[in-house]
This record gives sequence, C-alpha cells and structure tokens, in this order.
Amino acid sequence: MAEERKELIKLESGEAEQPFRWSAGVYGSRFLTELRDNKRFVGVRCPRCGKVYVPPRNVCGPCFVELTELVPVSDEGEIVTFTVVGFGFVDPSTGKQKPVPYGYAVIKLDGADTYILHYLDETDPQKIKVGARVKAVFEEERTGSMLDVRHFTLLDR
Amino acid sequence: MGKRVAVVGVGMTKQRSSRPDVNGQELINEAVRAALEDAGISRRDIDAVVIGNMDHFEGINYVDTWSVDGSGALMKPIMKLTTGGTTGTTVAMAAYYHVASGLFQRVLAIGWEKNSESDTTGAIITAFDPFWDRPIFAGAVAGLALEATQYMHLTGATEEDAAYVAVRERRHALNNPYAHLHINLTIEDVMNSPYLSWPVKMGDMCPRTDGACAVVFASEDVVDEFPHRPAWILAVADRHLWSYTSDPYVNQALETGGWAPKEVYDKVGIRDPLKEIDVAELYLPYSFAGLRYMESLGFCERGGGPALVRSGATDMGGECPVNPSGGVMSSNAIGATGLLRVAECALQIQGRAGDRQVPDVEIALATGFGGCFWSDVLLMGGEMPEKPRG
Repeated sequence: MAEERKELIKLESGEAEQPFRWSAGVYGSRFLTELRDNKRFVGVRCPRCGKVYVPPRNVCGPCFVELTELVPVSDEGEIVTFTVVGFGFVDPSTGKQKPVPYGYAVIKLDGADTYILHYLDETDPQKIKVGARVKAVFEEERTGSMLDVRHFTLLDR
Repeated sequence: MGKRVAVVGVGMTKQRSSRPDVNGQELINEAVRAALEDAGISRRDIDAVVIGNMDHFEGINYVDTWSVDGSGALMKPIMKLTTGGTTGTTVAMAAYYHVASGLFQRVLAIGWEKNSESDTTGAIITAFDPFWDRPIFAGAVAGLALEATQYMHLTGATEEDAAYVAVRERRHALNNPYAHLHINLTIEDVMNSPYLSWPVKMGDMCPRTDGACAVVFASEDVVDEFPHRPAWILAVADRHLWSYTSDPYVNQALETGGWAPKEVYDKVGIRDPLKEIDVAELYLPYSFAGLRYMESLGFCERGGGPALVRSGATDMGGECPVNPSGGVMSSNAIGATGLLRVAECALQIQGRAGDRQVPDVEIALATGFGGCFWSDVLLMGGEMPEKPRG
C-alpha cells in the first residue's frame, strides 16, 4: 500500500425491516379481545394454588398445571412500583425514538396476583406514589393490544 | 463420578466504549490469544469451546460458527449460549459442566460484546415478550429503576445510599487498567448527574462497552500442566423464576439471588458469607443492586445494605471487598461481563490481580444477573474441593 490509511469504516443497517407474526395463544387472545371489544380485563386462575395470572398464561410455573379458568379482574388497581423514563432510545417495535419523558408503572389490578406494565398520565415522580390507586383509560380505536389502554390515570390527585 | 475443575488461564481485552478497529471475531481473538498465552497452551490443546454474547446486540445470529477463526474453535466442538446479563457466567458454568463431565479436559470459555454496534436499550427490549412487555418496557435501565423504587419504598433506603455504591465501584476501577471507566466520582457528582429513569441517575448506571474475555477451564487430571495456581470451582448454581418483566416485583426481594447463593453456601459449608468469603465479584449493573443484593447474598439482614456499604465493609481493605475490578458499573460488555467476574475471582485466588489484589484470597464469589431477575452463582477457591458440585 502506498500510504497507511487510518479511516475505519462502519456499515449502517439502514431502514432494514424484519417483520414477525407472533401468536398470543388462546388465553392471550381472550385477554386481548376482551380488552379490544369490551374494555374489560380478564385473568386466568390456577386450579391448584388459586393464583390469578394477568397477563394470562396457560401454565402456572410453580404448580406446573394447565390453567383453564378465565376470571374477570378490575380495570382499577394500585401502583406496585414506578419510574419516569427520561433517556432516549429506539423503540424496536416502531424503529423510531420513543417519546420521552413518560411515566410507567408495575400495576396490580384488583383481583389479580401478578402484575402488568403500563403508562401513567404523570411524569413528575414526586406526584406518583407506590400504593396509589389507578384506573385504565381506553383508546377509542382499539386493535387487540396492550396499547388499547392509552394509560392508567392516577385517581387520588 | 465427575471431575474437579479449575480455572488455569484468563485473558481479557481492555474494556472500551467503542472498538471500531476490530470486528467481533477479531475482538474475540484478542481475548482468546491472551488466555491461551496465560495458560501456556496453544489452540490445539483445547478440547471444546463455549462462547456467549447477546447476538441481537450485534445483529449476527450464528456467532459460534461465524467466529471460529478468531475463537480457535476451528474443527472443535463448540456451543453458543445467550442468557442476557448472565451470559458470561452461564458460559463459565457450561465450560465447568463440560470438564466436570469427564468428557473434556481443557475447555475454553469466551464471552464478548460490541455494545457500540446497536442501540442497547432497543436491542434489550427485543429479548422480551412482544405482547406483554415490549409496548411499555424501556429496557434494563427502566426495569432496574422499577426495582430501585420498590426497594426504597420497602426499606427506606435513599438515592444517596446508592451513590455510595456508585462511587466505590468507580474508585475501585482506578486500580484496574482493563476497566472502561476511569473516573473519580464523588457522592455529589452522582447525586447531581441527570436522571435516566427516576430514581436511577447517569452516575448510578453501568456504561455500554466493547470488550471480550476468555477463560481456560481444566480437569484435575491435567491441572499440573499449567503455570499458575489453580483457581478451583467449588460449587455453582443458577435460578430462574419469572417469564415477563412485570412479574419479578411480586417478590419483594431478589429471590433467585437468594436461593442460588444459599445453594452454593450449603454445598460448600459457608455459614457466615461476609466473613468467610474473601472477595466478591458481583454482577451489579447499577448502584441500588449494590445495596439490595448484599441482603440477598446473606451479607447482611433485609434492609441492612445501606449500613453495610457505608461501613466500608465492601471497600478495599474491608471485611469482604466487592468488585476490586470496578465491576459492571465500570465496564459492561454484556456477554463478557459475567465471565469477567469469574476471571477476576481466579486472578484474586492466584494472587495475580495487580493493584486491585485483595490479600490472601482463599474463597471468592462470582455472580451473574439478568433479564427477569435471574441469577447465576459460582463459588471459587484456592484448595481443591472434595468433589465436583453442580
């Protein structure tokens, strides 16, 4: 080579897309259709230990038995823990920067024993408390996704 | 009856924010050549290779075959493992199982990552469920922030308590020429750093790192061939509990991080871990982990993490120094990170840890942590154990 080159090349993946089609399963589908069509939450109860799983699943890990009993759970609940996200990142579901800041929480719906993640309508951490009561606010247009719930609103402000 | 197994050689690259001068397998090769040289053997002496990274961070999905020139696995048995934050400890445990089985005498374990090649948070999100996690989950930083909020609520611990851990890790890293971050932070620096995801601030969080680590595991039958004191694996354990990222908060402690250590303590006969363990290299990805996991590991009572850390017991010169290397908060090339914990424990037992050496190490603890709050634990020691323990 005539001269030493110091340039180091990077290859960009660009606008590459790799689409997937995931299966929600029977109980996941029931959960999501209830959310979409009736603005209702359902869970699945373990026949052995009685635990109500939300999000739904068809097996209880500790008991290792099949879950078949759908039970209604409330669209209200309480905050188990929360954060307010301030850093920017690429949302792999959209390929775009996630809009920040946003508050999100681990929420125990009344009647459920496991928890869901969802957005809060508050971004000031000083105004959010562990144990605070929250209620789901639904989108007008619903597609069968957790995002059919726009966010959970804090009930006691 | 299985074979007893020791670490007999380690190699690591300097951990850096970005290594555009090498591709993945070239980076792997740096660590592998260093480990083979350290063990005084050649590629031909290796019977099998176990390699791990998080392949969605680089977007290359056949890392085991793609990297054979660099890893030295050409025409040898090779196995790839991808288990999130625990990848490096899982690689170490798999290499241990290979040798302990008696089927292989010298096994090379490799962990690596080039976090600079993608958006780490975006890539982490793709490790989780598309229906229940991905729409809301904001990756490791936010998942850990949820843990921090819950921990503070349950115990009364403060952000300043956590800052003590962040400062300790970065102070220790100043003794480690291989560490990524060499910054002398103060409590005020950490407290004044911007929130990434409340209550976790920039100063509380691990960096994104490019780096690799390789470790040679050898059977008791061949251990005398190697130049260094063997660093024996005394016992290993791993525990998984949950599927979805919203699940682990049902438990108000790091349960997998309590059960896995208890299992290795029971197997080895450790009753007072803080006193009996001479050094710990722990997978602490952020500062609050350095409080909460002290409790899970049995180093103190529930809620005692802040007082323990503030007492200096986990500093260099303390009862059980934690992360003399600077730990994960100073270097986090994710697939390498857990294996670096094992490599650092080996160097401590061998008395070869340089400026970060803890005096007279006989028992060392390495941990891995990942994903839905699962845990790997390896207990290592200077004396050959009575038997291999799974």
